Amino acid sequence: MRPIIKVENLGKRYRIGEREPYRTIRDSITRAVSAPWRGLRGILAGDAPARDAGHVWALSDVSFDVMPGEVLGVIGRNGAGKSTLLKVLSRITEPTTGRIELYGRVGSLLEVGTGFHPELTGRENIQLSGAIMGMRRAEITRKFDQIVAFAEIDQFVDTPVKRYSSGMYVRLAFAVAAHLDPEILLIDEVLAVGDVAFQKKCLGKMSDVAREGRTVIFVSHNMASIESLCGSCLMLRGGRLESYGPPEKIIGEYIANELSEDSGQRSLVGHPGRSGSSLQIMTLVRLFPKSGELSALMQIGSPLSVQVDFAAPRAIRPILGVRVKTAQGAPVFGVNNRWTHAGFNGPQLSAGTISCDIASLPLMPGRYSVDLFFGDFGDITRDLDVILDATSFEVYPTDAYGTGLLPPATDGPILWQASWTAQGA
Amino acid sequence: MSGGPPDLERLSSAIELTPRVLERAANPSAAVDAFATELPAKPVLTIESASGWPSLDLRDMWAHRDLFYFLVWRDVKVRYKQTALGVAWAVLQPLLTMVIFTVIFGRLAGVPSDGEPYPIFVYAGLLPWNFFNQAVTTSSNSLLGNAALITKVYFPRMVIPGAAVGAGLVDFAIAAAIMFLMAFYYGVAFGPGILMLVPLTLLTTLFAAGVGMWMSALNVKYRDVRYALPFVLQIWMYVTPIIYPVTFIPARWRWLIALNPLCGIIQGFRSAIFGRPFDWNGIAISAAVTLILLIYAAFEFRRMEREFADII
Repeated sequence: MRPIIKVENLGKRYRIGEREPYRTIRDSITRAVSAPWRGLRGILAGDAPARDAGHVWALSDVSFDVMPGEVLGVIGRNGAGKSTLLKVLSRITEPTTGRIELYGRVGSLLEVGTGFHPELTGRENIQLSGAIMGMRRAEITRKFDQIVAFAEIDQFVDTPVKRYSSGMYVRLAFAVAAHLDPEILLIDEVLAVGDVAFQKKCLGKMSDVAREGRTVIFVSHNMASIESLCGSCLMLRGGRLESYGPPEKIIGEYIANELSEDSGQRSLVGHPGRSGSSLQIMTLVRLFPKSGELSALMQIGSPLSVQVDFAAPRAIRPILGVRVKTAQGAPVFGVNNRWTHAGFNGPQLSAGTISCDIASLPLMPGRYSVDLFFGDFGDITRDLDVILDATSFEVYPTDAYGTGLLPPATDGPILWQASWTAQGA
Repeated sequence: MSGGPPDLERLSSAIELTPRVLERAANPSAAVDAFATELPAKPVLTIESASGWPSLDLRDMWAHRDLFYFLVWRDVKVRYKQTALGVAWAVLQPLLTMVIFTVIFGRLAGVPSDGEPYPIFVYAGLLPWNFFNQAVTTSSNSLLGNAALITKVYFPRMVIPGAAVGAGLVDFAIAAAIMFLMAFYYGVAFGPGILMLVPLTLLTTLFAAGVGMWMSALNVKYRDVRYALPFVLQIWMYVTPIIYPVTFIPARWRWLIALNPLCGIIQGFRSAIFGRPFDWNGIAISAAVTLILLIYAAFEFRRMEREFADII
């Protein structure tokens, strides 16, 4: 049997800082003028000029084959190259090296609601979005009723989508995408949307797609959906293909090796998530799930101590806010001593460490991101230093209920205790 | 299991195993064999890093003609949404410009108009100019406005600036209808030359597409375009014989002004409307310059297009 997708020595190089908002001609001129000087300074200082300096390989030397009908899951940490791989496969961006041979029509689903326009009605958006995703006009007309029925929006089909509830919007957007029928389908995390009932329906639809013999490449952070949908799985790490095999095995490796590497410590100097008007005051963040144990990997129900080193331009009484978000960016909770006024009535500090000790975290397994807010009790109306996605941690599955079972990820990020009673009538 | 490595057996029991996975695990190749024979011998698509000058890939453009149609349709539908006057703006804009120019240049400055009534004379120039101006402005910003699409879906990127120009044709058609009403009012009798408006409009469209496409690609990398273009267009309007006749320009400079395709186009518009002989040389120069620019812009666009998704 021959593969339907052949990927050989694929590499994608980005220039560091290439994803800046934009550039002006003046920047380009300054850069061009200063570049030779930088090189010269490097030589005078005794550094050999590195050829790849200023570049980063988002993917390098990736080769794999996908057989027809295979449903391949792709996992890896943020920045491992998963999204880049999908973008290269779907021709959004060009590879720097290597080649891909595709023996079938490709449809990609990297986002739900691609090309939707809020002013247009549901009907118009179905046509527009369908065309953008590569459907022909006749094909859209033929599938129109099915799409409307799948999205459950029949009464609102002639209402502008800006008046839709977010649930209706997402249902309609997914419905269009779900009715694409190329031989190869590329999917990126789109199932992390909508209400639980609709997520189930989407998963069902995906299973149907896989059962029809369609070839699917599916990128997700959600191990449960990778495991239930995919027949094989590959793990990327730092842009390289780390391992390939049955999903249970690869997910196991991922959890055992990849995540335990998280050191739990991250420098905040020059952090890309620092918001525009912030002063650089926070310099380092460390996570301690247990006292004295630095780690970004913790079990369900573990406490967490967030310690931030700071150096302020003047003496202050520090405020630290910590916001925990899901991998999809939805806030789970936030704590801030601005509201609780806990401590810090002592001497003013210009440098030191502030710790926020969070009691037991009832979080479901998954990756969580942490936003940090740093302020001064001298002026509690504003923050001095704000860093979004300053660091992240992973909660790994443990048998929290002692039953060997956990609720599905679709039940949300919080694992809660409850008790039940039943009475006869 | 505090601190130790995560327990994998526990993990797999914690994750719901669907019957589907179990079924596949038992019989991995069942669904697959049916497909083995249907694969084409040659790849449908090969993705590689392109080197050297790109091809235009017109076949791919043709395959995406429905998308072009829907993007034009979207731009037209959305343009006057949530405005109180709606499509009336397409009527008001050229009319008001015409009135202002007539008062300032026709009356106050006394600019000659080849013996025609100044309002319809200036309107005949504004008709292609406004279309060009609007098409170039919207199309140069079109890639940025559709950044969300460019980073999420593949399609030939040229469709986007192209559709922006296409959508401008709707406003042009409305403005042209007003011109016919005005011509009726001023008693201008059309001859067979009026049919030349069709090829002249096509030429204007192609020229606007060339400039718009080129500017849109530059705008992705250098946002200076957004600030510089309005000035360039303003100056361009004054060096084009719109508010004045071409005879206003000293004869020894006319060859220079003729290199501006809009010069030949606007003279052509006036000849067609006022039933005067055409300056075929002027039109031929306009067509030649347009064609050269369009081809250059298309290749340049294809070359720059490779990094759109990375830098937009």
